[in-house]
Amino acid sequence: MSPKKIILRFGKDISDKPIIYNLVKNYDLVINIIKANVNPKKEGTLVLELTGEKYNEGIEYLKSQGVRVQPLAEEVFRSEDKCTNCGVCTDICPTGALYMKRPSMEVMFNSDNCIVCQICLQICPYKAMEVRF
Amino acid sequence: MVIERTYAEINEKIKSGKVVVMTAEEVISLVEEKGVSEAARQVDVVTTGTFAPMCSSGVFLNFGHPKPRIKMQKTWLNGVSAYTGLAAVDAYLGATELPEDDPCNSKYPGKFSYGGGHVIQDLVARNPVLLEAVAHGTDCYPRRELETMITLDDINEATLFNPRNAYQNYNCAVNLSNKTVYTYLGMLKPNLGNAHYCSAGQLSPLLNDPYFLTVGIGTRIFLGGGIGYVAWHGNQHFPGIQKDQAGKEYGPAGGTLAVIGDLKQMKPNWLVGTSILGYGATLTVGIGIPIPVINEEVMRCVSVTDKELYAPIVDYGEAYGQRVSGNLGYVSYAELKTGRIRINGKEVPAAPLSSYSKAREIASISKEWLRKGQFFLAEPVKLLPSYKDGIEAKSLEIKNI
Ligand code: SF4
Ligand code: SF4
Repeated sequence: MSPKKIILRFGKDISDKPIIYNLVKNYDLVINIIKANVNPKKEGTLVLELTGEKYNEGIEYLKSQGVRVQPLAEEVFRSEDKCTNCGVCTDICPTGALYMKRPSMEVMFNSDNCIVCQICLQICPYKAMEVRF
Repeated sequence: MVIERTYAEINEKIKSGKVVVMTAEEVISLVEEKGVSEAARQVDVVTTGTFAPMCSSGVFLNFGHPKPRIKMQKTWLNGVSAYTGLAAVDAYLGATELPEDDPCNSKYPGKFSYGGGHVIQDLVARNPVLLEAVAHGTDCYPRRELETMITLDDINEATLFNPRNAYQNYNCAVNLSNKTVYTYLGMLKPNLGNAHYCSAGQLSPLLNDPYFLTVGIGTRIFLGGGIGYVAWHGNQHFPGIQKDQAGKEYGPAGGTLAVIGDLKQMKPNWLVGTSILGYGATLTVGIGIPIPVINEEVMRCVSVTDKELYAPIVDYGEAYGQRVSGNLGYVSYAELKTGRIRINGKEVPAAPLSSYSKAREIASISKEWLRKGQFFLAEPVKLLPSYKDGIEAKSLEIKNI
C-alpha cells in the first residue's frame, strides 16, 4: 500500500479528543505528520501521510468523529519575496518550469509545467520554493 | 582633448545635482555608439553591482555589559557559536558557522538550513535573537552565564567586516565524474550534466576595474543595502591576468576585497542567509562600487562586455577537490548567459549562482543615490595591488612533523 496524503480539519469541539490515537491504535495505520497547526480559535489542521490495509475504515472513523477529510493536491509555488532570481535552479528543474528569461536574466516559474518533483525545494539556497497543500 | 576629472570635481557635481551617472550595462551602448573619448567626456560615474554567496563574511558585535558583568568565554546566537577570543563582551560571528547540533552531511546531502549568515539576516531584519554565553568568572567579571534576547538596536555596535568579498572573477564548475556532487557552486550532475558559474560579468565591480585604477582603501561602496567601505584588499587577492597554455590572455583572474560597514544601516534583502545543499550555510551579500571616470582609460575598462570576460571551466567532480591544477578551457560570460555552453564537444546547460537581476538593481540604486546627492565618492588612501604586483597563490604544504 502506498502512502496517501490527506488534510484533516478539526472543529474546536473535537480538537481535544484522542482521535489520532484511536486512528493509529484501532486501524493499524502508519502515520507521518507533514504539518500540524491549531489556530487561536482552537480549530486544527493536520496534514498526514497514511499507510495501512485499513485505510478506508480509518477514513470512515475520522468522518464519524466530525473530522473533515480532504485528499491532498500538492502544488509547488515560489515565494517572490524570497527568490533572488539567482537562476541556479534553472538547469536542475527537469521540465523547464523554472527558466531564465533572456536577456533580462529574470527567473520565471510556469507552474503548468511543474511535476512537483520538489528538487527545487532542496537546492534553492534561499528556500524560495515551497509546497502548498 | 584629454579627459581628466578629480574626485573633488565629481563630488561638486553630485552636490549640485549635475552628475551624469550610468550603470556598467548602460554605458556599453554609449561607448559602442560614441566611442571611449566621447563617453568619458559625457559620463562622470559608472555604477556596478554583484549579489552572490560570499562565505568570507561576518560581523563584529559588542553586546554591552550586563549587571553583574561578564567576560564571555563562549557565546551563541540562536544556537550558532560566535568567536569570543576578544575583549569581555565582544564577538565575531562568521557567516558559515553552524549550530552545534547541525547534522551536517551525516544525512547526505545535508540541508544546512540555518547558520551564521541567517543570524546576520535575522539581526538586520530586527528579529529578536537568543544570546547565550558562558564564562569562568573573574573578580572584575563575576557573572558565569547568561541567556537573553537581543535585537540589533539593543547592542552597542555591529560592524560587518568581510575579509573576502566581491571576487573579481570565478570558476565555471562542472562535474566530469559519474556521480552527482554537492559543491559551494551548487549541485553538479554527473558526466558534464550541467555547469554553474558565479559572476555578474559586465556588471561585476572588479571586472570593471581590472587593473585597480580607482578601487582602493577607503573607497565608499554600496554594501548590504547601506553604505560601506573597502578596508583592504581581500585575502586570496590574486589580481593577475588569466592565460591559457599558449599564452593567450583571458582577462582578470581573481582580485578580492575586504569590506567594512555599520550593520545597523543595512537591509535584510541585501544580506541574505543562504543554505547550500550538501555544502553549508553562508551569507549572500549585495555589493556595488560606483567607479569615477577619472580618465579615458577608466572609461575603456568600464565599457567591457560579457563577450570579453572569461571564466575558467574547472572539474569539481575530482580535480578541484584534489587540487589538480589546470582547467578545461575558458568560456565567455556571453556564452554562459545563453544557458548552453560546449565543453569537450558536448552541449551543457549552464546556470548562475550570482543574481544578475539583483546586480542590475544594485547598480541602479547606486545611480539614484548619486543623482540625489545621497552618496559621495571617496578618494582611496591607497590603491589595491594589481597584476603588476605579480602576486602568486601559496599552497599549504603538509610537512612531516
Ligand atoms: S534557486 Fe531559488 S532563489 Fe534562485 S532563482 Fe531559483 S527559486 Fe529563485
Ligand atoms: S518541483 Fe520539480 S518540476 Fe516543479 S519547479 Fe521544482 S524542480 Fe521544476
